[in-house]
Amino acid sequence: MMDTTYDTMETTGRSTPPFPLRSRARRRAFDTMVRIASTAAALFALVFLFWILAVVAKRGAAALDWTFFTSLPSPPGGEGGGLANAILGTAAMTVMAALIGVPLGLFTGIYQSEFGRGTRFGSFVRFTINVMLGIPSILSGLFVYTLMVVTMGHFSGLAGGVSLAILIFPYVARTTEDMLGLVPDAMRESSLALGAPRWKTTLGVVFRAARSGLATGILLSVARVSGETAPLLFTALNSPYWPKDFAEPTANLTVTIFNYAMSPYSDWQRLAWGASLLITLLVLVVTVFTRWRVGEVET
Amino acid sequence: MSLRPGRPGSKGWPDALFRAAAVTCAALICLLMAAFFVELARNAWPSIRAFGFGFLTTSTWNPVTRTFGALSSIYGTLLSTLLALLIAVPLSLATALFLVKLAPPGLAKWVRQGVELLAAIPSIIFGMWGLFVFAPYMADHVQPFLQSVLGFLPLFKGPTMGIGILTSGVILALMVIPFITAVMRDVFTMTPPVLEEAAYGMGATTWEVVRRVTIPYGVRGLAGGVFLGLGRAIGETMAVTFVIGNNHQLSASLFAAGNSIASTLANEFTEASEPLYRSSLIELGLILLVMTFLIQIAAHLWLNRLGRASGRTA
Repeated sequence: MMDTTYDTMETTGRSTPPFPLRSRARRRAFDTMVRIASTAAALFALVFLFWILAVVAKRGAAALDWTFFTSLPSPPGGEGGGLANAILGTAAMTVMAALIGVPLGLFTGIYQSEFGRGTRFGSFVRFTINVMLGIPSILSGLFVYTLMVVTMGHFSGLAGGVSLAILIFPYVARTTEDMLGLVPDAMRESSLALGAPRWKTTLGVVFRAARSGLATGILLSVARVSGETAPLLFTALNSPYWPKDFAEPTANLTVTIFNYAMSPYSDWQRLAWGASLLITLLVLVVTVFTRWRVGEVET
Repeated sequence: MSLRPGRPGSKGWPDALFRAAAVTCAALICLLMAAFFVELARNAWPSIRAFGFGFLTTSTWNPVTRTFGALSSIYGTLLSTLLALLIAVPLSLATALFLVKLAPPGLAKWVRQGVELLAAIPSIIFGMWGLFVFAPYMADHVQPFLQSVLGFLPLFKGPTMGIGILTSGVILALMVIPFITAVMRDVFTMTPPVLEEAAYGMGATTWEVVRRVTIPYGVRGLAGGVFLGLGRAIGETMAVTFVIGNNHQLSASLFAAGNSIASTLANEFTEASEPLYRSSLIELGLILLVMTFLIQIAAHLWLNRLGRASGRTA
């Protein structure tokens, strides 16, 4: 790749060396400028991180009290109220999404690392996983809308859970494939040589060796979808009531944030900030905790 | 290869079942991808038949007269993504440079984790902060400043409302910086030390080493990072929906309110009760799906070439 520099030199016929001849002071000065700019760029990202977290913490903390966690939202324009139903709904749909998406992802990862290595189907599946990872989350909502909401005739928590599961599926498949791929083949061979069947080798030996990586992938994917809004907009919708039945529109934190933030009522906007803090805390704590644990394992 | 794919039957039915489950799940994700295209195309069909190719080239969006064109949504999507990349790519490159070449290892670790944390913040939180905090800041400080300096350009004309394409672009940039930075950092650390040390040995400054050795060596990988950011930014929904302003009019000004495919879907879908309206919105989704699919294919081909060029199998 380095040859290209010389190629262009020859074709243009110039005899200048690859490093233009400039005074030492000028080169030094330019280098210092780049160093400053590059440090500033790193700071830029951090400044925004702290700005966002500070705003969410300050405005959110003002909204979090006992009623926030225990009562239903107030009617439009009403005072007080909480988002207990939305907390419950988000938790329920996230668990459902994990129950559907995680096993599918694990088995796809198993196929990729234990059966499909080097096969054409295996590389096609890898390509598909990459495509699915790149599909915007709102399209998952749109897809489940056409598939489930139209056929069932109404919005439902079930559809919300499925659209979140579609996001977990490729993510877990990818991390499972990567993590199982790190396990040395000698372990598989030893287990098979002792007469263990394939399933026992995979689940008892390979999984055990890769368990912290698998747990990290699963936790991160579940944390990520618990903060997703777009897939729920046309599937779970939202509801001011307690979640009773997954066949009905189900209250959830993220769509509530969207609806309340756009409303003209200051009490609803206050609740939206409370919900924002709750979701951010949840996602960040899980992310930091799993990263920290992985860091411990690595060092 | 010592590990042949398992032979069903060789270890009795549990192994056959295990293998069947793995194959089924792998096949399911392929089916799922195909189903996305089929379902969206099927549901978009009434709109495709009604508007044909003109859907892509007209910007009228009128639910009352049932005339729909996707141009303003496509324009907003591409423009906000382009802005995001114009901001994010240089910043990510500089941040990666800082992490790999300049910062002491202890500091680099903390900065890297901070930047990565930005990726963990949910999209809707960027939206909340963008609408209530950042957009007013843009309207009061950044946009008047841009207008006073560059106001002669049509890009920076018009009222400074805060919400609009420019603000969306900046927020999208913040959201993709962690992804692009991570890729670029990896690419930088993969440069063989011998090459860089040779340049240092000839008296090159850090910047000259990066400019003449590190970047040319990793240019394909760096481009891969840009692809990743592109794919992320183009379908981002909630943050954009909060701040883009939801306006179907085309405007040359970056200060003007606009819309993107994803924001139009998020805003209008649940209110669209009329079948043709709904079908047109699904066709917007189909266009977004095709866009992201093409980006993935391009990235795939690009990375395969990268793998061959450096003698590894991708």
